[in-house]
Amino acid sequence: MPIITDHLTYVYGSKTTLQKTALNDVSVKIDDGQFIGLIGHTGSGKTTFLQLLAGLIKPASGTVYLDGEDIYAKDFDKRTLRSKLGIVFQYPEHQLFEETVFKDVCFGPKNLGVDDKETELRAYEALKMIGLEDEVFYQSPFDLSGGQKRRVAIAGVLAMKPKILILDEPTAGLDPAGRNDILGLILKLQKEQGMTIILVSHSMEDVAEYADRVLVMDKGSIVFDNTPREVFKHHEELKELGLSVPQVSVAMSKLREKGLPVKTDAITVEEAVKEIIRVLR
Amino acid sequence: MLKDVTLGQYYQADSPIHKLDPRVKLVGTLLYMISLFIFNNIYCYAIAAVFLITVIILTKVPVWYMLKGLKAVLFIMLFTVVFNIFFTPGEYIFEFGIFHISREGIKGAVFMIIRLTLLIVSASIMTLTTTPNRLTDGIEKLFRPLKLIKVPVHEMAMMMSIALRFIPILMEEADKIMKAQTARGAKFDSKKFMDRVKSLIPLIVPLFISAFRRASDLALAMEARCYHGGEGRTKMKPLKYKAGDIVSYVILALYIAAMVAVGILSARLAFFQFLSK
Repeated sequence: MPIITDHLTYVYGSKTTLQKTALNDVSVKIDDGQFIGLIGHTGSGKTTFLQLLAGLIKPASGTVYLDGEDIYAKDFDKRTLRSKLGIVFQYPEHQLFEETVFKDVCFGPKNLGVDDKETELRAYEALKMIGLEDEVFYQSPFDLSGGQKRRVAIAGVLAMKPKILILDEPTAGLDPAGRNDILGLILKLQKEQGMTIILVSHSMEDVAEYADRVLVMDKGSIVFDNTPREVFKHHEELKELGLSVPQVSVAMSKLREKGLPVKTDAITVEEAVKEIIRVLR
Repeated sequence: MLKDVTLGQYYQADSPIHKLDPRVKLVGTLLYMISLFIFNNIYCYAIAAVFLITVIILTKVPVWYMLKGLKAVLFIMLFTVVFNIFFTPGEYIFEFGIFHISREGIKGAVFMIIRLTLLIVSASIMTLTTTPNRLTDGIEKLFRPLKLIKVPVHEMAMMMSIALRFIPILMEEADKIMKAQTARGAKFDSKKFMDRVKSLIPLIVPLFISAFRRASDLALAMEARCYHGGEGRTKMKPLKYKAGDIVSYVILALYIAAMVAVGILSARLAFFQFLSK
Protein backbone atom coordinates (compact mmCIF):
# COMPACT_ATOMS: atom_id res chain seq x y z
CA MET A 1 0.00 0.00 0.00
CA PRO A 2 2.31 2.76 -1.15
CA ILE A 3 1.71 6.33 0.00
CA ILE A 4 2.47 9.07 -2.48
CA THR A 5 2.30 12.74 -1.61
CA ASP A 6 1.94 15.05 -4.54
CA HIS A 7 3.18 18.63 -4.05
CA LEU A 8 1.65 18.71 -0.59
CA THR A 9 1.39 22.20 0.92
CA TYR A 10 -0.20 23.36 4.16
CA VAL A 11 -0.63 26.90 5.50
CA TYR A 12 -1.54 27.82 9.08
CA GLY A 13 -3.68 30.88 9.83
CA SER A 14 -4.19 31.77 6.18
CA LYS A 15 -5.46 35.28 5.50
CA THR A 16 -4.32 36.61 8.90
CA THR A 17 -1.15 38.44 9.90
CA LEU A 18 0.21 35.25 11.47
CA GLN A 19 0.17 33.26 8.23
CA LYS A 20 2.81 30.55 8.16
CA THR A 21 3.58 27.87 5.61
CA ALA A 22 4.07 24.72 7.64
CA LEU A 23 4.57 22.39 4.73
CA ASN A 24 5.92 23.44 1.38
CA ASP A 25 5.48 21.39 -1.79
CA VAL A 26 6.41 17.96 -0.43
CA SER A 27 6.43 15.06 -2.89
CA VAL A 28 7.59 11.67 -1.65
CA LYS A 29 6.75 8.04 -2.25
CA ILE A 30 6.70 5.63 0.66
CA ASP A 31 6.76 1.96 -0.32
CA ASP A 32 5.27 -1.01 1.48
CA GLY A 33 7.14 -2.39 4.43
CA GLN A 34 9.62 0.43 4.74
CA PHE A 35 10.75 1.66 8.13
CA ILE A 36 11.03 5.40 7.78
CA GLY A 37 12.69 7.67 10.28
CA LEU A 38 11.43 11.24 10.13
CA ILE A 39 13.68 13.81 11.78
CA GLY A 40 13.73 17.59 11.94
CA HIS A 41 13.92 20.24 14.62
CA THR A 42 10.80 21.44 16.47
CA GLY A 43 8.53 23.36 14.12
CA SER A 44 10.00 21.90 10.94
CA GLY A 45 6.61 20.57 9.86
CA LYS A 46 6.86 16.92 10.88
CA THR A 47 3.59 16.76 12.78
CA THR A 48 1.76 18.69 10.06
CA PHE A 49 3.09 16.23 7.49
CA LEU A 50 1.86 13.27 9.54
CA GLN A 51 -1.57 14.79 10.06
CA LEU A 52 -1.89 15.32 6.32
CA LEU A 53 -0.94 11.71 5.66
CA ALA A 54 -3.63 10.62 8.09
CA GLY A 55 -6.24 12.84 6.43
CA LEU A 56 -6.88 14.85 9.59
CA ILE A 57 -6.34 18.30 8.09
CA LYS A 58 -6.96 19.58 4.58
CA PRO A 59 -3.95 20.61 2.49
CA ALA A 60 -3.84 24.07 0.92
CA SER A 61 -2.77 22.38 -2.30
CA GLY A 62 -1.52 19.03 -3.45
CA THR A 63 -2.82 15.73 -2.21
CA VAL A 64 -2.01 12.29 -0.80
CA TYR A 65 -2.54 9.03 -2.66
CA LEU A 66 -2.96 5.87 -0.64
CA ASP A 67 -3.04 2.77 -2.82
CA GLY A 68 -3.54 5.01 -5.80
CA GLU A 69 -6.62 6.65 -4.29
CA ASP A 70 -6.78 10.36 -3.54
CA ILE A 71 -7.63 10.55 0.18
CA TYR A 72 -8.84 14.13 -0.13
CA ALA A 73 -11.27 13.37 -2.96
CA LYS A 74 -14.91 14.08 -2.07
CA ASP A 75 -16.11 10.53 -2.65
CA PHE A 76 -13.27 8.88 -0.75
CA ASP A 77 -14.52 6.88 2.25
CA LYS A 78 -12.45 7.99 5.22
CA ARG A 79 -13.19 4.67 6.94
CA THR A 80 -10.93 2.77 4.54
CA LEU A 81 -8.20 5.22 5.40
CA ARG A 82 -8.71 4.70 9.15
CA SER A 83 -8.55 0.93 8.76
CA LYS A 84 -5.37 1.05 6.70
CA LEU A 85 -3.44 3.75 8.47
CA GLY A 86 -2.98 4.10 12.21
CA ILE A 87 -1.43 7.11 13.87
CA VAL A 88 0.00 7.36 17.37
CA PHE A 89 0.28 11.00 18.38
CA GLN A 90 2.74 12.59 20.77
CA TYR A 91 1.74 11.70 24.32
CA PRO A 92 -1.03 9.38 23.13
CA GLU A 93 -1.97 8.57 26.73
CA HIS A 94 -3.88 11.86 26.78
CA GLN A 95 -6.53 10.37 24.52
CA LEU A 96 -7.60 7.60 26.93
CA PHE A 97 -11.16 8.00 28.15
CA GLU A 98 -12.92 4.71 28.85
CA GLU A 99 -13.66 3.11 32.21
CA THR A 100 -11.39 0.17 31.62
CA VAL A 101 -8.24 -0.45 29.63
CA PHE A 102 -9.92 -3.16 27.61
CA LYS A 103 -12.88 -0.97 26.61
CA ASP A 104 -10.55 1.79 25.55
CA VAL A 105 -8.63 -0.49 23.22
CA CYS A 106 -11.95 -1.70 21.77
CA PHE A 107 -12.91 1.85 20.77
CA GLY A 108 -10.93 1.88 17.51
CA PRO A 109 -12.01 -1.45 15.99
CA LYS A 110 -15.61 -0.84 17.10
CA ASN A 111 -15.65 2.42 15.17
CA LEU A 112 -14.44 0.57 12.08
CA GLY A 113 -17.62 -1.51 12.24
CA VAL A 114 -15.88 -4.73 13.28
CA ASP A 115 -18.27 -7.12 15.10
CA ASP A 116 -18.07 -7.50 18.89
CA LYS A 117 -16.32 -10.84 19.02
CA GLU A 118 -13.64 -9.83 16.57
CA THR A 119 -13.23 -6.50 18.37
CA GLU A 120 -12.55 -8.19 21.68
CA LEU A 121 -10.16 -10.63 20.06
CA ARG A 122 -8.22 -7.79 18.47
CA ALA A 123 -8.12 -5.83 21.71
CA TYR A 124 -6.81 -8.85 23.59
CA GLU A 125 -4.16 -9.51 20.93
CA ALA A 126 -3.05 -5.88 20.86
CA LEU A 127 -2.73 -5.67 24.64
CA LYS A 128 -0.77 -8.91 24.74
CA MET A 129 1.46 -7.79 21.91
CA ILE A 130 2.36 -4.58 23.72
CA GLY A 131 3.22 -6.59 26.81
CA LEU A 132 0.52 -5.69 29.28
CA GLU A 133 -0.45 -8.15 31.98
CA ASP A 134 -3.98 -9.54 32.15
CA GLU A 135 -4.67 -8.01 35.55
CA VAL A 136 -4.56 -4.45 34.22
CA PHE A 137 -7.13 -5.16 31.47
CA TYR A 138 -10.07 -4.30 33.67
CA GLN A 139 -8.51 -1.47 35.60
CA SER A 140 -9.22 2.17 34.87
CA PRO A 141 -6.58 3.47 32.46
CA PHE A 142 -6.14 6.49 34.72
CA ASP A 143 -4.81 4.32 37.55
CA LEU A 144 -1.88 3.05 35.50
CA SER A 145 1.67 4.37 35.39
CA GLY A 146 2.76 6.69 32.59
CA GLY A 147 4.53 3.95 30.68
CA GLN A 148 1.57 1.60 30.96
CA LYS A 149 -0.84 4.29 29.79
CA ARG A 150 1.37 4.86 26.75
CA ARG A 151 1.20 1.16 25.94
CA VAL A 152 -2.57 1.09 26.28
CA ALA A 153 -2.85 4.04 23.89
CA ILE A 154 -0.57 2.35 21.35
CA ALA A 155 -2.53 -0.89 21.73
CA GLY A 156 -5.66 1.12 20.94
CA VAL A 157 -4.20 1.94 17.54
CA LEU A 158 -2.73 -1.52 16.91
CA ALA A 159 -6.14 -3.09 17.55
CA MET A 160 -7.32 -1.39 14.37
CA LYS A 161 -4.82 -3.58 12.49
CA PRO A 162 -3.37 -0.87 10.27
CA LYS A 163 -1.02 -1.68 7.38
CA ILE A 164 0.75 1.61 7.90
CA LEU A 165 1.67 2.80 11.36
CA ILE A 166 2.70 6.38 12.04
CA LEU A 167 4.29 7.20 15.38
CA ASP A 168 5.06 10.72 16.53
CA GLU A 169 7.80 10.45 19.17
CA PRO A 170 6.31 7.36 20.81
CA THR A 171 9.11 7.10 23.35
CA ALA A 172 9.21 10.70 24.58
CA GLY A 173 9.40 10.75 28.37
CA LEU A 174 9.79 6.98 28.79
CA ASP A 175 12.57 5.21 30.67
CA PRO A 176 15.20 3.27 28.66
CA ALA A 177 13.49 -0.09 29.25
CA GLY A 178 10.15 1.28 28.08
CA ARG A 179 11.79 2.79 24.99
CA ASN A 180 13.48 -0.43 23.99
CA ASP A 181 10.26 -2.39 24.48
CA ILE A 182 8.23 -0.09 22.29
CA LEU A 183 10.84 0.32 19.56
CA GLY A 184 11.46 -3.43 19.60
CA LEU A 185 7.76 -4.07 19.14
CA ILE A 186 7.58 -1.62 16.26
CA LEU A 187 10.53 -3.31 14.56
CA LYS A 188 8.87 -6.70 15.06
CA LEU A 189 5.65 -5.46 13.46
CA GLN A 190 7.59 -4.25 10.46
CA LYS A 191 9.67 -7.41 10.06
CA GLU A 192 6.97 -9.99 10.78
CA GLN A 193 3.81 -8.37 9.46
CA GLY A 194 5.38 -6.21 6.79
CA MET A 195 3.84 -3.11 8.31
CA THR A 196 5.01 0.24 6.92
CA ILE A 197 6.38 2.32 9.78
CA ILE A 198 6.88 6.08 9.88
CA LEU A 199 8.65 7.04 13.08
CA VAL A 200 9.29 10.59 14.21
CA SER A 201 12.13 10.77 16.67
CA HIS A 202 14.60 13.20 18.12
CA SER A 203 16.97 10.38 18.93
CA MET A 204 19.45 9.98 16.10
CA GLU A 205 20.59 6.71 17.67
CA ASP A 206 17.10 5.22 17.41
CA VAL A 207 16.71 6.36 13.83
CA ALA A 208 20.13 4.99 12.89
CA GLU A 209 19.40 1.67 14.50
CA TYR A 210 15.87 1.01 13.26
CA ALA A 211 15.10 2.95 10.08
CA ASP A 212 15.95 1.85 6.54
CA ARG A 213 15.24 5.27 5.15
CA VAL A 214 15.54 8.70 6.74
CA LEU A 215 13.63 11.82 5.79
CA VAL A 216 15.02 15.06 7.17
CA MET A 217 12.64 18.02 7.31
CA ASP A 218 13.44 21.69 7.61
CA LYS A 219 11.12 24.69 7.22
CA GLY A 220 8.35 22.55 5.80
CA SER A 221 10.45 20.84 3.12
CA ILE A 222 12.25 17.53 2.91
CA VAL A 223 15.96 18.30 2.66
CA PHE A 224 17.44 14.80 2.85
CA ASP A 225 15.91 11.52 1.77
CA ASN A 226 18.27 8.56 1.91
CA THR A 227 19.51 5.62 3.94
CA PRO A 228 20.60 6.49 7.48
CA ARG A 229 24.24 5.83 6.55
CA GLU A 230 24.15 8.35 3.72
CA VAL A 231 22.16 10.95 5.65
CA PHE A 232 24.39 10.79 8.71
CA LYS A 233 27.46 11.51 6.59
CA HIS A 234 26.33 15.12 6.48
CA HIS A 235 27.61 16.12 9.92
CA GLU A 236 27.83 19.84 9.24
CA GLU A 237 24.56 20.27 7.35
CA LEU A 238 22.61 18.43 10.03
CA LYS A 239 24.17 20.54 12.72
CA GLU A 240 23.06 23.67 10.90
CA LEU A 241 19.49 22.32 10.88
CA GLY A 242 19.58 22.00 14.65
CA LEU A 243 20.02 18.22 14.43
CA SER A 244 22.97 15.96 15.03
CA VAL A 245 24.39 12.61 14.03
CA PRO A 246 24.52 9.55 16.30
CA GLN A 247 27.04 9.99 19.11
CA VAL A 248 28.98 7.00 17.88
CA SER A 249 29.58 8.62 14.46
CA VAL A 250 31.06 11.63 16.21
CA ALA A 251 33.24 9.34 18.30
CA MET A 252 34.51 7.55 15.19
CA SER A 253 35.43 10.84 13.52
CA LYS A 254 37.32 11.88 16.64
CA LEU A 255 39.20 8.57 16.69
CA ARG A 256 40.24 9.08 13.09
CA GLU A 257 41.43 12.61 13.91
CA LYS A 258 43.54 11.15 16.68
CA GLY A 259 45.22 8.84 14.20
CA LEU A 260 43.31 5.59 14.41
CA PRO A 261 42.58 4.64 10.76
CA VAL A 262 38.90 3.68 11.21
CA LYS A 263 36.17 4.25 8.64
CA THR A 264 33.81 6.91 9.92
CA ASP A 265 30.56 5.64 8.43
CA ALA A 266 29.49 3.59 11.45
CA ILE A 267 26.10 4.73 12.75
CA THR A 268 25.35 2.15 15.43
CA VAL A 269 27.40 1.00 18.37
CA GLU A 270 27.74 -2.56 17.04
CA GLU A 271 29.12 -1.36 13.73
CA ALA A 272 31.57 0.90 15.52
CA VAL A 273 32.76 -1.94 17.76
CA LYS A 274 33.32 -4.19 14.75
CA GLU A 275 35.21 -1.50 12.90
CA ILE A 276 37.49 -0.70 15.83
CA ILE A 277 38.25 -4.35 16.41
CA ARG A 278 39.01 -4.78 12.71
CA VAL A 279 41.48 -1.89 12.81
CA LEU A 280 43.13 -2.95 16.04
CA ARG A 281 43.75 -6.45 14.76
CA MET B 1 -14.02 23.78 13.38
CA LEU B 2 -13.09 25.13 16.80
CA LYS B 3 -11.19 27.99 15.24
CA ASP B 4 -14.33 29.87 14.14
CA VAL B 5 -14.91 31.54 17.50
CA THR B 6 -13.60 35.09 17.29
CA LEU B 7 -15.30 36.39 20.41
CA GLY B 8 -12.56 36.67 23.00
CA GLN B 9 -9.65 36.22 20.61
CA TYR B 10 -6.75 38.59 20.14
CA TYR B 11 -5.82 39.78 16.67
CA GLN B 12 -2.26 40.99 16.32
CA ALA B 13 -1.88 44.30 14.49
CA ASP B 14 -0.07 47.59 14.87
CA SER B 15 -2.86 50.15 15.28
CA PRO B 16 -3.65 53.15 17.49
CA ILE B 17 -6.51 51.17 19.07
CA HIS B 18 -4.17 48.30 19.98
CA LYS B 19 -1.85 50.76 21.71
CA LEU B 20 -4.57 52.36 23.85
CA ASP B 21 -4.58 51.81 27.58
CA PRO B 22 -6.91 48.86 28.36
CA ARG B 23 -8.81 51.03 30.84
CA VAL B 24 -9.79 53.40 28.04
CA LYS B 25 -11.09 50.51 25.99
CA LEU B 26 -12.98 49.01 28.93
CA VAL B 27 -14.62 52.27 29.91
CA GLY B 28 -15.26 53.08 26.26
CA THR B 29 -16.89 49.75 25.49
CA LEU B 30 -19.02 49.93 28.61
CA LEU B 31 -20.21 53.48 27.94
CA TYR B 32 -20.81 52.63 24.30
CA MET B 33 -22.99 49.67 25.23
CA ILE B 34 -24.95 51.71 27.78
CA SER B 35 -25.45 54.46 25.20
CA LEU B 36 -26.94 51.90 22.80
CA PHE B 37 -29.49 50.87 25.39
CA ILE B 38 -30.51 54.32 26.54
CA PHE B 39 -30.84 56.06 23.19
CA ASN B 40 -32.82 53.81 20.89
CA ASN B 41 -33.80 55.96 17.96
CA ILE B 42 -32.56 55.89 14.43
CA TYR B 43 -30.47 59.08 14.61
CA CYS B 44 -28.54 57.89 17.63
CA TYR B 45 -27.96 54.52 16.01
CA ALA B 46 -26.57 56.34 12.99
CA ILE B 47 -24.09 58.21 15.19
CA ALA B 48 -23.17 55.01 17.03
CA ALA B 49 -22.65 53.15 13.76
CA VAL B 50 -20.44 55.87 12.30
CA PHE B 51 -18.41 55.91 15.51
CA LEU B 52 -18.00 52.16 15.47
CA ILE B 53 -17.06 52.01 11.78
CA THR B 54 -14.38 54.65 12.38
CA VAL B 55 -12.98 52.58 15.22
CA ILE B 56 -13.07 49.40 13.11
CA ILE B 57 -11.09 51.13 10.37
CA LEU B 58 -8.57 52.35 12.95
CA THR B 59 -8.05 48.85 14.40
CA LYS B 60 -6.72 47.46 11.09
CA VAL B 61 -8.50 44.18 11.84
CA PRO B 62 -10.04 42.82 8.61
CA VAL B 63 -13.80 43.31 8.61
CA TRP B 64 -14.49 39.68 7.63
CA TYR B 65 -12.55 38.56 10.66
CA MET B 66 -14.63 40.74 12.91
CA LEU B 67 -17.92 39.65 11.41
CA LYS B 68 -17.01 36.01 11.95
CA GLY B 69 -17.89 36.61 15.61
CA LEU B 70 -21.45 37.42 14.58
CA LYS B 71 -21.87 33.96 13.10
CA ALA B 72 -21.85 32.45 16.56
CA VAL B 73 -24.83 34.51 17.70
CA LEU B 74 -26.74 34.34 14.43
CA PHE B 75 -29.26 31.96 15.94
CA ILE B 76 -30.04 34.23 18.88
CA MET B 77 -30.43 37.14 16.51
CA LEU B 78 -32.86 35.26 14.27
CA PHE B 79 -34.78 34.18 17.33
CA THR B 80 -35.27 37.72 18.66
CA VAL B 81 -36.13 38.98 15.19
CA VAL B 82 -38.85 36.36 14.73
CA PHE B 83 -40.29 37.10 18.16
CA ASN B 84 -40.26 40.83 17.57
CA ILE B 85 -41.95 40.55 14.20
CA PHE B 86 -44.74 38.21 15.23
CA PHE B 87 -45.47 39.14 18.80
CA THR B 88 -45.43 42.92 18.90
CA PRO B 89 -48.93 44.33 19.08
CA GLY B 90 -49.71 47.43 17.06
CA GLU B 91 -50.95 48.41 13.64
CA TYR B 92 -51.24 45.15 11.70
CA ILE B 93 -50.13 45.18 8.10
CA PHE B 94 -50.37 41.44 7.53
CA GLU B 95 -52.53 38.82 9.16
CA PHE B 96 -52.76 35.05 8.71
CA GLY B 97 -54.55 33.01 11.36
CA ILE B 98 -52.84 33.59 14.64
CA PHE B 99 -49.87 35.21 12.91
CA HIS B 100 -49.85 38.92 12.46
CA ILE B 101 -47.10 41.28 11.52
CA SER B 102 -47.29 44.81 12.79
CA ARG B 103 -45.50 47.94 11.71
CA GLU B 104 -44.13 48.28 15.22
CA GLY B 105 -42.93 44.69 15.12
CA ILE B 106 -40.89 45.21 11.97
CA LYS B 107 -39.48 48.42 13.39
CA GLY B 108 -38.59 46.62 16.62
CA ALA B 109 -36.92 43.78 14.73
CA VAL B 110 -34.81 46.12 12.62
CA PHE B 111 -33.77 48.06 15.71
CA MET B 112 -32.92 44.83 17.48
CA ILE B 113 -30.65 43.67 14.66
CA ILE B 114 -28.85 47.00 14.57
CA ARG B 115 -28.46 47.09 18.32
CA LEU B 116 -27.22 43.49 18.65
CA THR B 117 -24.78 43.89 15.79
CA LEU B 118 -23.35 47.07 17.26
CA LEU B 119 -23.14 45.50 20.72
CA ILE B 120 -21.38 42.35 19.63
CA VAL B 121 -18.99 44.07 17.27
CA SER B 122 -18.04 46.63 19.92
CA ALA B 123 -17.40 43.89 22.46
CA SER B 124 -15.30 41.92 20.00
CA ILE B 125 -13.27 45.02 19.12
CA MET B 126 -12.16 45.22 22.72
CA THR B 127 -11.01 41.60 22.91
CA LEU B 128 -9.56 41.59 19.39
CA THR B 129 -7.31 44.56 20.14
CA THR B 130 -6.37 43.85 23.76
CA THR B 131 -4.31 40.93 24.98
CA PRO B 132 -5.99 39.06 27.85
CA ASN B 133 -3.18 40.13 30.19
CA ARG B 134 -3.65 43.82 29.48
CA LEU B 135 -7.38 43.42 29.77
CA THR B 136 -7.21 41.96 33.27
CA ASP B 137 -4.60 44.54 34.25
CA GLY B 138 -7.09 47.18 33.22
CA ILE B 139 -9.92 45.55 35.13
CA GLU B 140 -7.79 45.21 38.23
CA LYS B 141 -6.81 48.85 38.14
CA LEU B 142 -10.32 50.09 37.38
CA PHE B 143 -11.89 48.15 40.23
CA ARG B 144 -9.14 48.83 42.73
CA PRO B 145 -11.35 51.17 44.81
CA LEU B 146 -13.56 48.16 45.62
CA LYS B 147 -10.73 46.85 47.78
CA LEU B 148 -11.90 49.26 50.45
CA ILE B 149 -15.02 47.17 50.90
CA LYS B 150 -12.96 43.94 51.00
CA VAL B 151 -13.59 42.76 47.44
CA PRO B 152 -10.60 40.57 46.44
CA VAL B 153 -9.97 42.51 43.23
CA HIS B 154 -6.50 41.19 42.52
CA GLU B 155 -7.49 37.57 43.06
CA MET B 156 -10.49 37.92 40.81
CA ALA B 157 -8.40 39.55 38.12
CA MET B 158 -5.82 36.76 38.43
CA MET B 159 -8.52 34.12 38.09
CA MET B 160 -9.85 35.87 35.04
CA SER B 161 -6.47 36.13 33.40
CA ILE B 162 -5.77 32.46 34.07
CA ALA B 163 -9.15 31.51 32.63
CA LEU B 164 -8.55 33.64 29.54
CA ARG B 165 -5.02 32.35 29.15
CA PHE B 166 -6.28 28.78 29.22
CA ILE B 167 -8.91 29.19 26.53
CA PRO B 168 -6.45 28.82 23.63
CA ILE B 169 -4.54 26.07 25.45
CA LEU B 170 -7.64 24.02 26.05
CA MET B 171 -8.84 24.68 22.53
CA GLU B 172 -5.57 23.39 21.16
CA GLU B 173 -5.82 20.42 23.48
CA ALA B 174 -9.38 19.74 22.33
CA ASP B 175 -8.22 19.95 18.73
CA LYS B 176 -5.43 17.45 19.38
CA ILE B 177 -7.71 15.00 21.16
CA MET B 178 -10.29 15.35 18.42
CA LYS B 179 -7.69 14.50 15.81
CA ALA B 180 -6.46 11.52 17.81
CA GLN B 181 -9.98 10.18 18.26
CA THR B 182 -10.86 10.88 14.63
CA ALA B 183 -7.85 8.77 13.68
CA ARG B 184 -9.37 6.02 15.84
CA GLY B 185 -12.59 6.31 13.90
CA ALA B 186 -14.66 8.66 16.10
CA LYS B 187 -17.43 10.33 14.12
CA PHE B 188 -17.31 14.01 15.08
CA ASP B 189 -18.62 15.11 11.70
CA SER B 190 -21.30 12.46 11.34
CA LYS B 191 -24.67 13.57 10.03
CA LYS B 192 -26.43 11.48 12.66
CA PHE B 193 -27.15 13.47 15.80
CA MET B 194 -26.70 10.49 18.15
CA ASP B 195 -23.28 9.70 16.68
CA ARG B 196 -22.17 13.22 17.41
CA VAL B 197 -23.46 13.17 20.97
CA LYS B 198 -21.74 9.85 21.60
CA SER B 199 -18.50 11.09 20.10
CA LEU B 200 -18.37 13.85 22.70
CA ILE B 201 -17.46 11.46 25.51
CA PRO B 202 -14.06 10.50 24.05
CA LEU B 203 -13.40 14.24 23.73
CA ILE B 204 -14.70 15.60 27.01
CA VAL B 205 -13.28 13.01 29.39
CA PRO B 206 -9.63 13.47 28.29
CA LEU B 207 -10.15 17.24 28.11
CA PHE B 208 -11.36 17.44 31.70
CA ILE B 209 -8.56 15.25 32.93
CA SER B 210 -6.01 17.40 31.20
CA ALA B 211 -7.63 20.58 32.55
CA PHE B 212 -7.40 19.27 36.11
CA ARG B 213 -3.82 18.17 35.57
CA ARG B 214 -2.88 21.58 34.22
CA ALA B 215 -4.65 23.34 37.06
CA SER B 216 -2.74 21.42 39.71
CA ASP B 217 0.55 21.89 37.84
CA LEU B 218 -0.07 25.62 37.61
CA ALA B 219 -0.99 25.90 41.29
CA LEU B 220 2.23 24.12 42.17
CA ALA B 221 4.30 26.34 39.89
CA MET B 222 2.73 29.46 41.42
CA GLU B 223 3.44 28.20 44.93
CA ALA B 224 7.01 27.45 43.96
CA ARG B 225 7.43 31.05 42.87
CA CYS B 226 6.04 32.32 46.18
CA TYR B 227 2.79 33.66 44.81
CA HIS B 228 0.71 34.84 47.74
CA GLY B 229 -1.95 37.10 46.28
CA GLY B 230 -1.97 40.79 45.49
CA GLU B 231 -0.50 42.14 48.74
CA GLY B 232 2.63 44.18 47.94
CA ARG B 233 2.84 42.87 44.42
CA THR B 234 4.36 45.16 41.79
CA LYS B 235 3.96 45.11 38.02
CA MET B 236 6.64 44.79 35.36
CA LYS B 237 4.71 47.09 33.08
CA PRO B 238 2.45 49.30 35.22
CA LEU B 239 -0.39 50.95 33.35
CA LYS B 240 0.13 54.65 32.68
CA TYR B 241 -2.07 56.99 30.71
CA LYS B 242 -0.40 58.55 27.68
CA ALA B 243 -1.43 61.50 25.52
CA GLY B 244 -3.34 59.23 23.14
CA ASP B 245 -5.41 57.87 26.01
CA ILE B 246 -6.42 61.34 27.15
CA VAL B 247 -7.39 62.23 23.58
CA SER B 248 -9.48 59.06 23.42
CA TYR B 249 -11.30 59.96 26.62
CA VAL B 250 -12.09 63.38 25.14
CA ILE B 251 -13.38 61.78 21.94
CA LEU B 252 -15.45 59.39 24.02
CA ALA B 253 -16.90 62.29 26.00
CA LEU B 254 -17.75 64.09 22.76
CA TYR B 255 -19.45 60.95 21.46
CA ILE B 256 -21.55 60.66 24.62
CA ALA B 257 -22.40 64.37 24.45
CA ALA B 258 -23.50 63.98 20.83
CA MET B 259 -25.62 60.95 21.72
CA VAL B 260 -27.27 62.75 24.63
CA ALA B 261 -27.95 65.86 22.55
CA VAL B 262 -29.42 63.95 19.62
CA GLY B 263 -31.32 61.68 21.98
CA ILE B 264 -32.97 64.62 23.78
CA LEU B 265 -33.70 66.41 20.51
CA SER B 266 -35.36 63.43 18.90
CA ALA B 267 -37.31 62.68 22.06
CA ARG B 268 -38.65 66.25 21.99
CA LEU B 269 -39.43 65.92 18.32
CA ALA B 270 -41.41 62.76 18.98
CA PHE B 271 -43.18 64.49 21.86
CA PHE B 272 -44.26 67.42 19.68
CA GLN B 273 -45.39 65.05 16.93
CA PHE B 274 -47.44 63.25 19.54
CA LEU B 275 -48.97 66.54 20.78
CA SER B 276 -49.86 67.79 17.32
CA LYS B 277 -51.69 64.57 16.45
